[in-house]
Amino acid sequence: MDILITGVLLGATYSLIAMGLTLQYGVARIMNLANGEMLVAGAFGAFWVFTTQKLSPFTSVAFVAPGAFVLNWLIYRFLLRPLVRRAKNRGMLEVDSILATFGMAFAFVGIMLLVFGGEYFTYSYLDEPVAIFGSPFGLNRVVACLVSVALCGLLYLGLNATRTGMALRAVAVDPAAAGLVAIDVPRMSTFAFALGGAVTAVGGIVLSTFLTMDASIGIVFTMKALIIVIMGGVGDVRGAIIASLILGLAETAVASLIDPGLTLAAAYLLFLLVLLFRPEGLFGRRQS
Amino acid sequence: MTRRETVSVAMVAVALAILACLPFLVDGYLLSLAVGIAMYTVLATSWALFSGPTHYISLATAAFYGLGAYVVAAGVDVIPYAVLLGLAGIAGGVVAALVGLATLRLSGVYFVIFTLGLAELVRQIVTWVQNNLTGSRGMYVLTEITERMIFWELLALAAAVYLIGWLVTRSRLGFALRIIGNDEVVAAHVGINSAASKLALFVISGTFAGTVGAVMAPRFTYIEPSIAFSPELSFQVVIMALLGGVHRLWGPLVGVIPFTILWEVIAGRFPTQTVLLLGIAFLLIVYLIPNGVVGRIESAIKLAGRSVKHG
Amino acid sequence: MNRRTALKAVIAAVFAGSLASLAIGAAHAADPIRIGAVAPKTGPLAAGAAVTHWPNIQLWAHQVNEQGGLKMKDGTRRKVEIIEYDDRTNPGETIKAVQRLATQDKVDFILAPYGTGLNLAAAPIFAKYGYPQITSTSITDKTAELTKRYPSIFFTLGTTTALANSVAGILVKLHNEGKIGNKVAMVNVADAFGIELAESARPIFKDAGLEIVFDKSYPLGTQDLSPIVKGAKAANPDAFVAWSYPPDTFGLTAQAKIEGLDTKAFYTAVATAFPVYLAKFGKSVNGVLGAGGVNPDTPAMKAYYAAHKKVTGKDADYWASPVMYATLQVLGQAIEAVGTDRKAVTDYIKNATFKTVMGPWKFTNQSIHDFWTVGQWQNGTFYGVASTGLSGAKPVITKTGW
Repeated sequence: MDILITGVLLGATYSLIAMGLTLQYGVARIMNLANGEMLVAGAFGAFWVFTTQKLSPFTSVAFVAPGAFVLNWLIYRFLLRPLVRRAKNRGMLEVDSILATFGMAFAFVGIMLLVFGGEYFTYSYLDEPVAIFGSPFGLNRVVACLVSVALCGLLYLGLNATRTGMALRAVAVDPAAAGLVAIDVPRMSTFAFALGGAVTAVGGIVLSTFLTMDASIGIVFTMKALIIVIMGGVGDVRGAIIASLILGLAETAVASLIDPGLTLAAAYLLFLLVLLFRPEGLFGRRQS
Repeated sequence: MTRRETVSVAMVAVALAILACLPFLVDGYLLSLAVGIAMYTVLATSWALFSGPTHYISLATAAFYGLGAYVVAAGVDVIPYAVLLGLAGIAGGVVAALVGLATLRLSGVYFVIFTLGLAELVRQIVTWVQNNLTGSRGMYVLTEITERMIFWELLALAAAVYLIGWLVTRSRLGFALRIIGNDEVVAAHVGINSAASKLALFVISGTFAGTVGAVMAPRFTYIEPSIAFSPELSFQVVIMALLGGVHRLWGPLVGVIPFTILWEVIAGRFPTQTVLLLGIAFLLIVYLIPNGVVGRIESAIKLAGRSVKHG
Repeated sequence: MNRRTALKAVIAAVFAGSLASLAIGAAHAADPIRIGAVAPKTGPLAAGAAVTHWPNIQLWAHQVNEQGGLKMKDGTRRKVEIIEYDDRTNPGETIKAVQRLATQDKVDFILAPYGTGLNLAAAPIFAKYGYPQITSTSITDKTAELTKRYPSIFFTLGTTTALANSVAGILVKLHNEGKIGNKVAMVNVADAFGIELAESARPIFKDAGLEIVFDKSYPLGTQDLSPIVKGAKAANPDAFVAWSYPPDTFGLTAQAKIEGLDTKAFYTAVATAFPVYLAKFGKSVNGVLGAGGVNPDTPAMKAYYAAHKKVTGKDADYWASPVMYATLQVLGQAIEAVGTDRKAVTDYIKNATFKTVMGPWKFTNQSIHDFWTVGQWQNGTFYGVASTGLSGAKPVITKTGW
């Protein structure tokens, strides 16, 4: 039971890391290596609100989410759209976006270093036990799990029950065909990229309540997110959620039952196996 | 061999001979810079041997490289260094073969992320083994090997990469790979065993990366997993190769040299904002040189040729 | 000229200009003493360096220059000029930057890099050009071999064996006084330093009569440490020892609080001595043991902490910060005594006694053998409670819950 709950909590953490990238990669087709930096920037916002304004870190959503949305909108509009235009096929876009966002990741680290400094930033918020079925769990992790559920639910509803959502899904499936049915593909892609950035930054706010961060740590989150997104199947929110949960549960089970030293090894092994036997990911569509 | 080929082989040999004298002329900082360039040249060129024709982007360089470094760290007190170099190469090649067998049927981005995951998996396993089975007290590589010797070793490796690359392009294998790169279905129809061809090249590039890791290990003295298996290395190799151009054997070289010098200039002039400026410089390169340096050079040559004709 | 060609022209010009400067190298300024500093500003070790390394350089340079500079033998005063490079936590970059400082910038002195790995990577270069390398953040059991190899390297922070020994000593003492049992739960981060410490600790703990009831590692960058803490708690230990790195030191402590792992002896290694540890956990850290410690009550130490806060705006940590500052004092005093001849400075450091914030320092075999090994949070300060021969240790207290 403990393993189950701890695993779900960890899985929720992972889904917060990966959700934004699902949108950015799945819909906008940008393999964004600077995604982790956006998460760290969100976390900085929360840290600043908590330490200097003495407010709940969650209040920072008020400026972090719109800020990240606008920033990512601009990034896509002015930096990435030229790449999308000049790319002759998906492979070329992949190469270009790897290169461009790698450069952006560096630039972001530099900016955060200038603005926030290089130290660790960590604080205690909701750092108290709550009992679930008699075992203690960190309240901040439980809250993170609830936020994650809410966020995933909203995204899922938004994608499946609104017109914009439907258009987004259409772009995710086939940008060319979506264009034919009068969907403004560039606009939808920009929107998806911006939304993905905002979701990632909000994830950063939540994670900062229990993870220690610093300006250079973004790459760690980027790699985790990439793995989850690919494992779940590109462009499918459900897939990313399931993959997060599987990883969370597997890591916790290995840590509790076998050896905590092997958790990450187990996670990567699992990921590699999924790719081997279902190369398109858990929920991916086989490419024709 | 055509006459043109003879000339270029001779020119490469002369260039290598001149470079081999470099450590007698320069020392210290410039030699370190040369070691850096040589290392990335070997890594990026051997990477491009595989990725150029197949269009597979591998982020596993750090896995092979780190493995090589660890082979040396684990055996340096008991096994002669030269043997370790060989072992490191074999280790890189064997892992590449295993991975290749399992994964080369993946395509596109799946392969990219797979290799990224693989590098992390190898790192996790190596550290776990070190932690639980070997009873090691830190991985020290204390040898008498100087930077000069490392440079020569890397130069020899570079010569080997170029030789192999040249042989491959001339061979049936190279021809097969070009067809695979253009259209895998066509390749299968004309009876090319595409898996075996790709595997062969992946093993070659893994072997080189493993050997480079072993060559570099004495330079670092103290081997830490987070440094030996740094994902940044994998990305940097990919980026330098792509910047140069992967369709010519000398492509990565023209990516590595300006890139290293540019980074060095930035690091030297703006020590406090290094990363920020590196990032911006990088973005500018991506936007302004879309087809890599090779593409630029070739279109310049074409342009020159045209203007000569008109003139 | 359209916008794009203009942009290209600018880039080309910048590139060419910088290349030229790369080739020429910086001019040799006569007056200030030029001192190079290479350490991470980015990468995995950057956050640690931002606490322990860079602020002390800033503080020392500020203080020296405020007084008009170092007082040379001939009575003149020479200011110091610091030339900084970011090695991005990459030993290849550290090597290159040290080479650059030595052969291109031709600085008078180079400060030791940050961390064990980066220092050892750079050691051959320091040795080759005869620059003294007074390390402050290197912990290794190979001091004897390394000092023989590199005649200008100095070690000040201690050895892994000594750190493990002292932890065992404290636990045995508490056990003998009847305050705790002898069951120890031990965990370590599976990275260089954590592995080395755990490896040293195992036989030492056993020989000291401690029983290791839980012994597991976890990978660097583990985001949920609760299975580890749960496992340790299930083993029902009397003491908890974690050979941990900064992010997991915070994570383990937070998790222990949540799980109610309230052993009477609770030890986490690196970063327990960081001010942010206290800021994060507040009063509940009382009684937590960690690597390092200082004697903050000496007048020199009090002045140091006050000045650190005033000049850099940050609090110094309670372990390597003052040690780092002391190495700078050593360098400064050696230059004042014998000038900027590097050979003379190195010899002077080997033989003289220095007045530092850590008390008097005299190197034997290029190492300081008296250092703090274990500290403990007591009423908001991290006091040294065990050392290898220093005075001023506070008595250890047992931890009473979170």
